[in-house]
Amino acid sequence: MSLELKYPTSTPREFTLSVLTEDKSGLINQLTIIFTKRKININSLNVSVTEVKGVSRFTIVTETSKDMIDNIVKQIRKLIDVLGAFVYEEDQIFYQEIALYKVPKYAIVDGKSIEDLVSKSGARILVVETDYMIIEKTGKARETHDLYQKLEPFGLLEFIRSGRVAISKSTRKTEAYIKELEASNSNKLSIKDF
Amino acid sequence: MLLINNMNTSTLVLEKKVTKKTTRIKGSDAVLQCLIAEGVTTIFGYPGGAIMPIYDALYHYQDKLNHILTRHEQGAVHAAQGMARVTGKAGVCFATSGPGATNLITGIADAQIDSTPLVCITGQVPSHLLGTDAFQETDVMGISMPVTKWNYQVTRAEEIPYAIARAFYIANTGRPGPVLIDITKDAQFAEFDFTYDKCEKIRSYHPYPEALSSDLEAAANLINEAKKPYILVGQGVQLSGAENELIRFAEKTGIPMAATLMGLSGISTSHPLYVGYLGMHGNYGPNIKTNECDVLIAIGMRFDDRVTGDLDRYAKQAKVIHIEIDPSEIDKNVKTTVAINSDAKQALLGLLPLVNVSMHKDWIDEFHQCDKIEFDKVIDAELHPDSGEIKMAEVINRISKVTDGDAIVVTDVGQHQMVANRYYKFRKSLSCITSGGLGTMGFALPAAMGAKVGQPERTVIAVIGDGGFQMTIQELGTIRQSDLAVKILILNNNFLGMVRQWQQLFFEKRYSFTELDNPDFQMITKGYGIKAQKVEKREDLDQAIFDWLNCEGPALLEVVVEQEGNVFPMVPSGASVAEIRLD
Repeated sequence: MSLELKYPTSTPREFTLSVLTEDKSGLINQLTIIFTKRKININSLNVSVTEVKGVSRFTIVTETSKDMIDNIVKQIRKLIDVLGAFVYEEDQIFYQEIALYKVPKYAIVDGKSIEDLVSKSGARILVVETDYMIIEKTGKARETHDLYQKLEPFGLLEFIRSGRVAISKSTRKTEAYIKELEASNSNKLSIKDF
Repeated sequence: MLLINNMNTSTLVLEKKVTKKTTRIKGSDAVLQCLIAEGVTTIFGYPGGAIMPIYDALYHYQDKLNHILTRHEQGAVHAAQGMARVTGKAGVCFATSGPGATNLITGIADAQIDSTPLVCITGQVPSHLLGTDAFQETDVMGISMPVTKWNYQVTRAEEIPYAIARAFYIANTGRPGPVLIDITKDAQFAEFDFTYDKCEKIRSYHPYPEALSSDLEAAANLINEAKKPYILVGQGVQLSGAENELIRFAEKTGIPMAATLMGLSGISTSHPLYVGYLGMHGNYGPNIKTNECDVLIAIGMRFDDRVTGDLDRYAKQAKVIHIEIDPSEIDKNVKTTVAINSDAKQALLGLLPLVNVSMHKDWIDEFHQCDKIEFDKVIDAELHPDSGEIKMAEVINRISKVTDGDAIVVTDVGQHQMVANRYYKFRKSLSCITSGGLGTMGFALPAAMGAKVGQPERTVIAVIGDGGFQMTIQELGTIRQSDLAVKILILNNNFLGMVRQWQQLFFEKRYSFTELDNPDFQMITKGYGIKAQKVEKREDLDQAIFDWLNCEGPALLEVVVEQEGNVFPMVPSGASVAEIRLD
């Protein structure tokens, strides 16, 4: 069933954009301008190298309408140094975020220690220092948030969460896509399903 | 090769083991040699500290590059726009860092929204001072990013050929647009081994998408079955050089054509299938028939709100075919039935063999009936008033007749712009030069200078209001110094007329800061050494127009027009095109 049938196109929902670019300075500014011009907030942004030398990947999570995200992704594709831009909904990708929690070392709440909680939450202890320890959990936002709530009674010192990294369910290779693009004389838009 | 300092030749072995001849020159010389290699003949600019090395080099290139010194950087960028619009090739302008660069921004934004190719070169503080708030430092990269098709900062001389080659390729290809190259002063001074190769491909940039045969066939089927098809001509027709293909297509299919503001002059107003001008102050028939046609064929246009009015009530009955080179314009404002993603020329060439010979006489007659209504209710009184103050429309009409629709008409922004584009009967392509998308007051005078440089043999008329004239009036100095034979028409109503019209119609006549206490334009113009005359009486108009157009060199004609005249028809903001008002 197509997504258009599930929701009206104007209802805001979450989208993950995956943008392949040349490794050039200033691109992050060019990308964010497209959002700020439309007064749309970026929920998270991750920039990373890819398996192809000289090619970077931006993973952008935002909440907006289907019409607007279609408009945005076309504007992103228009940027000269963008190789490709793809928009995904939750069921089209595998994605994770990493969260770090700094907590006091010997805290006990309701007879439970942090170690108990950590082992039950699929998290791990990353570092143990004299006064505190750092816990790491990888997962979706709601999972890392869940652990956050559980750790709060222990006197959480600091919490930080990364931007989303996402991988699509497509089997196409990035390198193959770039090669196809190089050989093509038509627009990068015509290459779909990535 | 002339007086280039420190020139010696050496060879550089490139990666592919091709030995290319290089010349050891300064970055500043390289900039100019790149421009010459790109076929540039004229630069509009204004010197200053951070671009002085380039200006110093320019001193030695005066026989190859014509530099026109404007009186303000905004004048330089608008002039470059004017030149680009009449030649179809990127206009070039120079400015220094800081205020020089920021003064270009309005023109760059104008070029971006109106798809005009520009290469703007700005000087920048030396690279070791970047980010220190040095004298005349501004983040022109950051400032220009939202309004350029591409920009690039050069901090090493070696990057100059790469940057400029890309700049011209990007500016001129696909949907054209402005690019900006910011060059630090040390990169201008530094010497390097120069060689130049034009840019022919960028792997992440595909400027010419090819129309899919399935889309062409689907569009042809809609066209062949249509009873009331209707063509909207945008600027894309002129940008892709599709004027002849459009005529062949329209004549084969018998489909009536209307033009957007930016599309004007792409089709001769005398063509029997041309039915008029679209949009807020366009013609009556072309607007209301948009909501009556069954197939709307939009060619190289972007459904701007000044064309569509209320989108929720725009052409809802029609199947929409959108021929558009820029994929981001497709389905942006109007959802298409069939989109053909290619330039107008390729799309029309692809459609021509697929469409049937047809005629739509009854449908076209409906437009002519609307023309009669508009003539009786609006045009007749505008063109042939018996008495009273002179109307803008009658001035334009007389000029149109005297020039036989053959002039390049450069308009500023406001009432006079709408009137000039309504009543000037364009016959030649690339002749309607106006600030469409951005609506930049002050555009016309400098843009007309550029148009004259680009097409020196043609009559170039700048039509300007008394408000806009004072935004770039200093360019009279450029016109004099560079002897640019621009014919300047000032339609003076002592008001910011379009805003006043809106105040009258929608703000209960509260004329809040729209009345102008103007200077003596005659004295100012004469002070610049340019001929000027003023007309206040209708009976003096013909002779004055004759003298103005036939004198040698630049000349200004000021016509005192009706103070509180309104431009009709009008689609009020937020109304449907079907609700166009005739009074």
